[in-house]
Amino acid sequence: MMEWDVNIDGWIIAAGICSAMACALPGTFLVLRKMSLMGDAISHAVLPGLAIAFLITNSRGVLPMFIGAVIVGILTAVGTQVITRHGKVESGAAMGVVFSILFALGLVLIRQAADHVDLDPQCVLYGNLSQIPLDALDGGVPPAVVNVALALLLNIIFVCALYKELKICAFDPQLATTLGINANVMHYLLMVVVAVTTVASFEAVGSILVIAMLIVPAATARLLSDRMGTTLVLAVIVAGVSAVLGHLLAFRGPGWLGLDPSVAIETAAMIAVVTGVLFLITLVFAPRYGLVGKWYHRARLTLQIVREDMLGILYRWGEHRPGEDIFKEDLLSAVGRGTLARIALGSLQRRKAVESIGSDRVRLSATGRDAATKLVRDHRLWEGYMATHFDIPLDHLHEPAERIEHYLGDDLSEQLQKEMGDLGEDPHGRKIPE
Amino acid sequence: MRVSARSISTVLMGALLLGIVVAAPAGAFGQSDPSTHRSITDTRFDWPTWSSVVRVATLRDHNTRIVVLGTTLLGLAAGLVGTFAYLRRRALMGDALSHATLPGVAAAFLITGEKNLTYLLLGATVTGVLGVLAVLAIRQSSRIREDAAIGIVLSVFFGAGLALMSIVQSTSTGNAAGLNQFIYGKAASMITSDATMIGIVAFVVVTGTILMFKEFRIVCFDQDFAASMGRSVVLIDLLMMGFVVLTTVIGLQAVGLILIVALLIIPAAAARFWTDDLKAMTMFAGTIGAMSGWIGASFSALLPKMPTGAIIVLTAGILFLFSMVFALRRGILPEAVRRIRLRRRIALQHLLRAMAEIEERTGKPTPIDSAELVNMRSWTQRDLRRLTNRAKGAGLLTRKSWTELELTKLGRTHAQRVLRNHRLWETYLIEHADIAPSHVDRDADEIEHVLSEELIDELERALEAGQDIPPSPHDDTPDTARTMP
Repeated sequence: MMEWDVNIDGWIIAAGICSAMACALPGTFLVLRKMSLMGDAISHAVLPGLAIAFLITNSRGVLPMFIGAVIVGILTAVGTQVITRHGKVESGAAMGVVFSILFALGLVLIRQAADHVDLDPQCVLYGNLSQIPLDALDGGVPPAVVNVALALLLNIIFVCALYKELKICAFDPQLATTLGINANVMHYLLMVVVAVTTVASFEAVGSILVIAMLIVPAATARLLSDRMGTTLVLAVIVAGVSAVLGHLLAFRGPGWLGLDPSVAIETAAMIAVVTGVLFLITLVFAPRYGLVGKWYHRARLTLQIVREDMLGILYRWGEHRPGEDIFKEDLLSAVGRGTLARIALGSLQRRKAVESIGSDRVRLSATGRDAATKLVRDHRLWEGYMATHFDIPLDHLHEPAERIEHYLGDDLSEQLQKEMGDLGEDPHGRKIPE
Repeated sequence: MRVSARSISTVLMGALLLGIVVAAPAGAFGQSDPSTHRSITDTRFDWPTWSSVVRVATLRDHNTRIVVLGTTLLGLAAGLVGTFAYLRRRALMGDALSHATLPGVAAAFLITGEKNLTYLLLGATVTGVLGVLAVLAIRQSSRIREDAAIGIVLSVFFGAGLALMSIVQSTSTGNAAGLNQFIYGKAASMITSDATMIGIVAFVVVTGTILMFKEFRIVCFDQDFAASMGRSVVLIDLLMMGFVVLTTVIGLQAVGLILIVALLIIPAAAARFWTDDLKAMTMFAGTIGAMSGWIGASFSALLPKMPTGAIIVLTAGILFLFSMVFALRRGILPEAVRRIRLRRRIALQHLLRAMAEIEERTGKPTPIDSAELVNMRSWTQRDLRRLTNRAKGAGLLTRKSWTELELTKLGRTHAQRVLRNHRLWETYLIEHADIAPSHVDRDADEIEHVLSEELIDELERALEAGQDIPPSPHDDTPDTARTMP
């Protein structure tokens, strides 16, 4: 197995972390503004900008590269707008037209320049991360790392300085305009930042994998938080973790998989895979927006409804046949039997709302009676309210009340009580409990 | 317009097929040798010789014929299925699909250990479809929107593909070299069996599109009606998507997975400029796709150093730009010409009406002083001079002296018709739309130019008007305050 060398792996990880974090910042705004594909488009489209800069200046100078990329980045945004407006072409397709043409142009130019500058179509795919440390074997900082670190710094400044403006534009461009923020300028500024970041990251991750850095950590963060600031911080953290894990897996992964340890996996590709895995994990397990979380909330709500239905049935049973306890089986079948009904009954018994009488009968306890009374009161008050205020026939009152009784909060319940409290009886002639 | 659009594309299609059939043998593909002895720092562009251009253009060489036939058929199929993907707003879904094929190709190679095209394409299909399903699943099950979902699937699947590729490259003993061509495409290495396969797919796609055209149209344009058809719409949608997958996978080798989406989108988007009719649009898209394939492959044969996929896409891009600027139906230039023409006609009619109004006030056909005329509207002297010159050129008026103008007979007929239209509309607005007489002039001013014969007939009937010009409902004397915009 290859030895871990701080001088080499350290620089690779540093470059990976910086470019992933630098991408995550503007990426968050792209995802929020539903412009992820613009990031996709720009990252493809900066290629001819880079190539032309190479061809003109005969060097890999930083400045010409940036200028070329910024121009092409803006060109993409403008071109998409022009095609959308003049051609009445849908914006997604317009983007596709622009970026695929520019990418093709870039490829041709790069092929033309390939003999000349050490830049080739492979580099476009996954950058040149493993070569980065070789540029500074004498102990200095590799220029590629400087580039991405600068881009990161620039993006942090950009986000901090224009945080409020970016936030407003992301959520409500119209409001931004009324507040005197030029949403259009912000749009193009964001595009420029995306283009610059893409260029800075070109050497580290190439021009296609950079899409993973732009969008995936931001989307992951979006599943974890509703707050702008938190989303940004989370996106940056996810990006950093992906970069570290990505290199680790690329380096050690083949050994762990039982492959020949000399197998080299491209670090940049592995970083993209890790961002995807982290996204998948978040998609499933995120507390609020994850699949499991959503499933859990739904299951809890379902359980609560069954429980409350049971309480209601027990109360009404008591009204009809005072003194007689209900058979457990009858109660279960009244709410549809099944495991859910059993779980609900079990949970009621654990909460001491229902107590067993003998082996096969149950009845409400004192606490259960209070809860059931409140439910039935809400139900009947609601029926009364609807009968007075809406023109609903008698036999149609029960169902909406049956649904609403689980959702009436304390406020609404009190209000109902205040308004309809002296009703005494519901429209069906049943007593409204106090 | 629709007929001409159809006939143009039919002619183009015919010429294309004829060219493929008539092509004569002999010649060379990939004549110029990339390994010529040149300095590494030489970025000179190798221009192909004239004789090789002629050879490629006339399809003399067997190889060239295979490659051109293959890419042309691919372009045709991609143009057809792309039209429906474009109209269903799934253009960029194709991008996710094509990028997602890479891990399949690499995995198929890792598993089978050989470069059997069938397995590779099978693997590509499997992961490609998985990618599309992943986009749908992410969109369906979370708050992540489709655009981000496409970006996620595209980049992560592609990353996984590259990771697998790097494993392949460092483990296998050199026979994996051909896998890279799936990324950028290498049409020049196309052999007869590849072209045959593309031909079969193109045949399936073309026949399928023709047979299912009505169903596709409904799914694209009449969502409500389609929804009422229930299950069958899902099947039609699946079939459409299946065609896209088929075309994408088959095109990987030739164009490469990064750029194949361009062949789906660009011909369809370009065709949209030419026509509003779906059938014509499909034919245009097929033709443009086929032309891109043909011309692109020919160029690529002349410039063997260049990636074929990129050249084909650039050709399609040029056709797109041409369509965007020049297409008769919706192109920017014809549209601009139409707008300018309309503006000129309106200006001319304003001039004529102004003269008719002056004549009406004086009560007899007289020469009109241009100083009086300039007060009628917000014209500058220069505008008026240019306008009168144009009217004079059209034989609508004559110049009596330096400042005096007089309507010709033709001009007077025109002028009185415009004035009559104007007055009819004003009267109509006052009598039927309950608008104050002082407010009708502006509206009539705009509508007088576009009133059709039928509408005029209807107005006459509604107002029971005779053939004469109705009197003005408001004060017509020139008033700078009123004519100010």
